[in-house]
Amino acid sequence: MGRALRLLSCLLITGMLFANSTEARVFDPTSYVLPNGLQLVIVENHSAPIATHMVWYRVGAADEPWGKSGIAHFLEHLMFKGTKTHPPGEFSRIVARNGGSENAFTSQDTTAYFQSVAVDRLELVMGLEADRMANLVLIDDVVLPERDVVLEERRQRIENDPPAKLGEMATAAFYLNHPYREPIIGWEHEIRSLTTEDALDFYKSWYAPNNAVVIVAGDVTAEAVKAMAERTYGKIAARPLPERARPQEPQAYAPRRVVLESAQVRQPSWSRRWLAPSHGSGGGARVYALQILSEILGGSTVSRLYRNLAVERGIATDSGSAYSPDSLDPTGFVVWASPRQGGDLKEIETAVEAVIAELVKTGVTEEEVARAKQQLQDRAVLARDNLETAPQIIGSALMAGRDIEELEAWPERIGEVTVAQVNEAARMLSRPEVTVTSELRPKPTS
Amino acid sequence: MIRRLAALGIASLLCLAALPSRAAVEVVRVVSPGGIEAWLVENHANPIISVAIAFRGGSTVIDEATRPGTGELLSGLMNEGAGSYDSQAFQQLLEEHSIDFEFKVGRDSFEGSIRSLTKHRDLAFDLLRLSLTELRLDQDAVERVRSQLIAMLAREAEDPDRIASKVFWRMSLADHPYGRPVSGTPETVAAITLEELRHAAALTFSRDQLMIGVVGDITAAELGPLLDRTFAAMPASAERPEIGAARPLFGDVAVIERDVPQSTVVFGQPGVDRQDPDFYAAFVLNYILGGGGFASRLTEEVREKRGLAYGVTTWLNTLEHADIWQGQVATQNARVGESIELIRGEWKRMAELGPTAEELADAKTFLTGSFALRLDSTGSIARFLVGIQIQRLGIDYPQKRNSYIESVTLKDVRRIARRLDPAKLTFVVVGRPEGVMKTREAPEPS
Repeated sequence: MGRALRLLSCLLITGMLFANSTEARVFDPTSYVLPNGLQLVIVENHSAPIATHMVWYRVGAADEPWGKSGIAHFLEHLMFKGTKTHPPGEFSRIVARNGGSENAFTSQDTTAYFQSVAVDRLELVMGLEADRMANLVLIDDVVLPERDVVLEERRQRIENDPPAKLGEMATAAFYLNHPYREPIIGWEHEIRSLTTEDALDFYKSWYAPNNAVVIVAGDVTAEAVKAMAERTYGKIAARPLPERARPQEPQAYAPRRVVLESAQVRQPSWSRRWLAPSHGSGGGARVYALQILSEILGGSTVSRLYRNLAVERGIATDSGSAYSPDSLDPTGFVVWASPRQGGDLKEIETAVEAVIAELVKTGVTEEEVARAKQQLQDRAVLARDNLETAPQIIGSALMAGRDIEELEAWPERIGEVTVAQVNEAARMLSRPEVTVTSELRPKPTS
Repeated sequence: MIRRLAALGIASLLCLAALPSRAAVEVVRVVSPGGIEAWLVENHANPIISVAIAFRGGSTVIDEATRPGTGELLSGLMNEGAGSYDSQAFQQLLEEHSIDFEFKVGRDSFEGSIRSLTKHRDLAFDLLRLSLTELRLDQDAVERVRSQLIAMLAREAEDPDRIASKVFWRMSLADHPYGRPVSGTPETVAAITLEELRHAAALTFSRDQLMIGVVGDITAAELGPLLDRTFAAMPASAERPEIGAARPLFGDVAVIERDVPQSTVVFGQPGVDRQDPDFYAAFVLNYILGGGGFASRLTEEVREKRGLAYGVTTWLNTLEHADIWQGQVATQNARVGESIELIRGEWKRMAELGPTAEELADAKTFLTGSFALRLDSTGSIARFLVGIQIQRLGIDYPQKRNSYIESVTLKDVRRIARRLDPAKLTFVVVGRPEGVMKTREAPEPS
């Protein structure tokens, strides 16, 4: 959830951007750790004289104090409100005046800030970012109007939008105990009560060099960037960090179902998600098997769900699946479908269940697995096409507890997955007790 | 296949100069043995090729000859079967070879984007040729994509942003084809016949209206023969309906009542022609007024000082038959009147006093400095090359663009600022706004 004026921030759902990961042994990064504990990762790319600079903090919405939902995201907004040496708004003005673009986002596991600049301005933005890592100044006069901005952001993203409202309810029902159940932007009544002091407390607890990863990608050399990092971030002292307390999920006994009926809704839709392992929660090889499973079940218009529901039976306009394993704690494996005009959700649900039951019963084929592997590995090559992709993917992976070697080995790990492993992973789909089903329905007119 | 939520309409019509190109971009004109022209940027860093094509005309011309939504439906059918490949066979080829293959329609153009790994280049061009010359339009595929488009329209009917935008166009351009929604209405889309789709394809796909941009791992010598193989089979020209100049009407305030907590406001006044000598002055002025993200006056007044919105933005629409200076904001219902008055006030202040020398200098350093940043993939550069051709700019535009910005003087921006006229601003408000005096009834969104 960004501070963006444009509605581009897709990180509301952790790592959704990288559903069916595009990681690859392609970025070949260099990594250092500064004496103060800051991790520095550099990806050299000399195709244009520009650089992208990102700082990722190992703190997100799931680390908020009880009753203070939204404080991680609110602080992200407030990080633009000035330091001892730069008054409010000057950060953005300096970046813009230097022809740079910038933004920030918050997810459940991380908060990140980034700028893209001509490469000769790199040290300037590193200096600005280091300054606000240590010297943020907040006063009510700038904090309180920004809280209103966040409330407007919440109205725009959630309260004006029935599918988003349903998503919020479904997530709260999906996680019984884990803080992922709370919306990243926060509950409205809790946002209203957040104070300047809350923001400063959160900042002082978590914003420290030994809790940050800095990633620079572009027309640079690793040595030069290391020297710049030492001159900027290197001056900030390490601090003791709190433990990331993450209450885990209990045994679940019953499936849940969340239905939102609204007069605003004209196109119904249906989805179901299963609690699934992630990279950060010890998913191991199962994660790779689930990525292949998602590709086969619902990754494209030739996968099983779309082919069955939209092409052969013609009862759905769309159907598919998604799985985003870059999170510290368990994630969701999601399938969805939308009925054709006049169709009904029950019919859609039965059809999706039949496709899944068939897959679990008879398993996937060698050919399907081979095709999915090829597509995923091709995506690793295509990920090199965009200069900003490398730092995004590396940052997401590190924040989910992976290391660079594992990230770089992703195409091989995918290549090693066997049919038996995919079938084993698919058995998860016959456990209804770990699911929540969401229905979005038009309100009947009567 | 139509899967998107159609928020893309605005973005694609944004002022072209908002799409900078890497300064290092070297564009070469390639003319095939058969006389077909393409603009090429070679880049062999990755084994990837992107092709962007566009045909002049778009939904305005297509729907004038058929019925509203026909161009949109045709765009969704371009990867649904051609030649001997039916829908699933066509999509299977795309998936198995990791070829991205998408078409979309805008008010003035029908555009395709293809991206392929080098090893599948010939297949990608071959599928493009088939879709342009031997599109199947099988009944089952037509019905499936029709249902997807109707589902998309149903979702848009819930979305205050889309409602506001559609009503704004309908009110401002009531007597012109531009007033029609690009995607049609559920009723018109339901009525589109196969005959109309065939007619739409025939009047769109001809060589005289074709523009091509190619970027990536291919040489001019390799591209020439491929151009002939791919595009020569299309007819040289086609008969199209004439579209007259639009005479937009502005200065109204209309309210569409919807039960949502936040009102969306789309506003606008007469714009500036892309060929107008003062276009670049307008472009710079728009950055200062509302285009420049956190640097703009509207963001400062509406968001930063008062917390009235998450985002407020303005942009220049430069269309073939009309020019509109447009903007958007969303504010909680109780304070919409305040946001609108602030926007009117800033409009007036800018018209009377113009920007300051410092604002002008900052705008120029941002707009020239950031030019290198955003074209960061083969696809974005290919679309940029086609965009230049659509706007009838020269092949030297990437080289000259920054000098056009640099040459804008304070006198120029003050002169163009006088074209801002708060009395000519139209506001379309969707929600339950308070403090808004409507001057006319709004047409219901179709």
